[in-house]
Amino acid sequence: MTKEIINARVITNREIAKGIFLMEIRGAESAIECAGPGQFVNVYPKAKQTLLPRPISICRVEADILTLVYGVVGEGTKEFSGYPAGDLIRISTPLGTGYNLKEIIGSDEEAENNKVNSSLKKAVLVGGGIGVPPLVGLAEKLITRGVSCTAVLGFRDEPFLAEAFESLGVETHITTDSGRSGYKGTVLDLIREKNLSADYFYACGPKIMLRALNQYCLEIDAPLQVSMEERMGCGYGACVGCVCKVQSVYKKVCQDGPVFYGRDVDWND
Amino acid sequence: MIDLRVDIAGVVLKNPITTASGTFSPRESGAFYDLNELGAMITKGVSSVAWDGNKTPRIGETYGGMLNAVGLQNPGIDYFMENELPYLCQFDSKIIINVAGRTIAEYCEVVEKLADAAVDLLEINISCPNIKEGGIGFGTSPKMAAEVTKAVKKIAKQPIIIKLTPNVTDITEIAKAVESEGADAVSLINTLLGMKIDVHVGKPVLWNKMGGLSGPAIKPVAVRMVYQVRRAIKLPIIGLGGIMTGEDAAEFIMAGADAVSVGTAALVNPTAPVDIKNELIDFMNKYGFKSLKEIRDGFND
Repeated sequence: MTKEIINARVITNREIAKGIFLMEIRGAESAIECAGPGQFVNVYPKAKQTLLPRPISICRVEADILTLVYGVVGEGTKEFSGYPAGDLIRISTPLGTGYNLKEIIGSDEEAENNKVNSSLKKAVLVGGGIGVPPLVGLAEKLITRGVSCTAVLGFRDEPFLAEAFESLGVETHITTDSGRSGYKGTVLDLIREKNLSADYFYACGPKIMLRALNQYCLEIDAPLQVSMEERMGCGYGACVGCVCKVQSVYKKVCQDGPVFYGRDVDWND
Repeated sequence: MIDLRVDIAGVVLKNPITTASGTFSPRESGAFYDLNELGAMITKGVSSVAWDGNKTPRIGETYGGMLNAVGLQNPGIDYFMENELPYLCQFDSKIIINVAGRTIAEYCEVVEKLADAAVDLLEINISCPNIKEGGIGFGTSPKMAAEVTKAVKKIAKQPIIIKLTPNVTDITEIAKAVESEGADAVSLINTLLGMKIDVHVGKPVLWNKMGGLSGPAIKPVAVRMVYQVRRAIKLPIIGLGGIMTGEDAAEFIMAGADAVSVGTAALVNPTAPVDIKNELIDFMNKYGFKSLKEIRDGFND
């Protein structure tokens, strides 16, 4: 499969919560429309001394517009937050293995031939902080196939992107550690309290949240896919910097992942 | 007509651009550019058995550089020969296998298994500073460097390149020691031992605490060492350390390198090896250099 680095254009770039930015980027449709939920793009900083690309999850894709939601956490993301509309931005074509949706909605071909009845299926999407954005594109895809979705989104203090889920008709629960809005507590507190269950759980967020969710899903015997995170080097599978132990073997998060089955991850490594 | 060819120990590369070990993986890198554009592909270090590598974080960015403590994760020589070598053989770029080991016996085991393999050169990694045992010891002492070279040279069917570590007081001593025991070429420099502390959490950034520094930040050290080694030994030299542009490649050639490796640049820009080759050609055209030798001759000590 051919990959490339493309010159794209910033359309909008605005702060949607403290330190959290939403950027819409226009690139060649052929280059980005193939993005699947759970994939990411490498964003290459312009400053020469900040060498490495920053891997940012894809929030959603529509035609030739890619939406990224990122936190300003260092030199690279600080630079991105200053890009005005119209600026050029260098990004990779979509990278990584995203959420595998075949089990819940069948392959694209099967769906076209009406071979899978996914309208009876239920999914729970669990997001923590900056892990929430990729679940937007995931929810869109599941909803289009008639899967009923519940989103449980946890934040330290200030929620963001809640409307993106609500406008899709997703039953959305917000939790905050601080109690500033929504349920005061963690996503797992809420999930356990409500005894949430589904045909499939999909999650993205801090490792501690994913581990606790995996424990819950094992207890209720529900399948779970998690998006893992590790500091990356190249972002495309050449340097073996970003590994995660999966079934006792170190796998590349940028290529074999970032999405893995929760039950396969060595949570204690 | 420009002649980019270079002869490394009897193996003629179509151009001086090679991929630095640890920054290249044929399927992954090959998704971005045609691997046939390279003079040679230098593989990730291959060991006698599968090595897990270090725990994460393995990567840390520094100003104008990066730290890595990957720990030579690789699936081992048997898996490599069955699954990865055949894939490499479809390209006409030369194949250089980087060999890693914790003991002399381990190096020899890999070299022996490659005896009948369709590979062109072996790059013996005696210098990786990420390994706690073996590796760092060999490359930092002329005596041990000579011992590995001698043992490997005895059984190797392909010419051997010894990859030197810069974490020494006098790299020319190591270079001379390996030359005296039969090395066919040397490559330098491997990474410089470095460290980064995250002051916001009060911890080292790497799980391994220390790691290898690479990228533009180390280029002046690398150029200096190539310059010194060129004046100490007669062997062909593959120069590396922070090459980001065609001009950087020309700089190493002027310092005395016959060929170069491009490493960290490929993390910054996946097509770097090809871009750098094209920039080198532009440089040569600008000054009327028709061959790499003419670039070297353009340097006045």
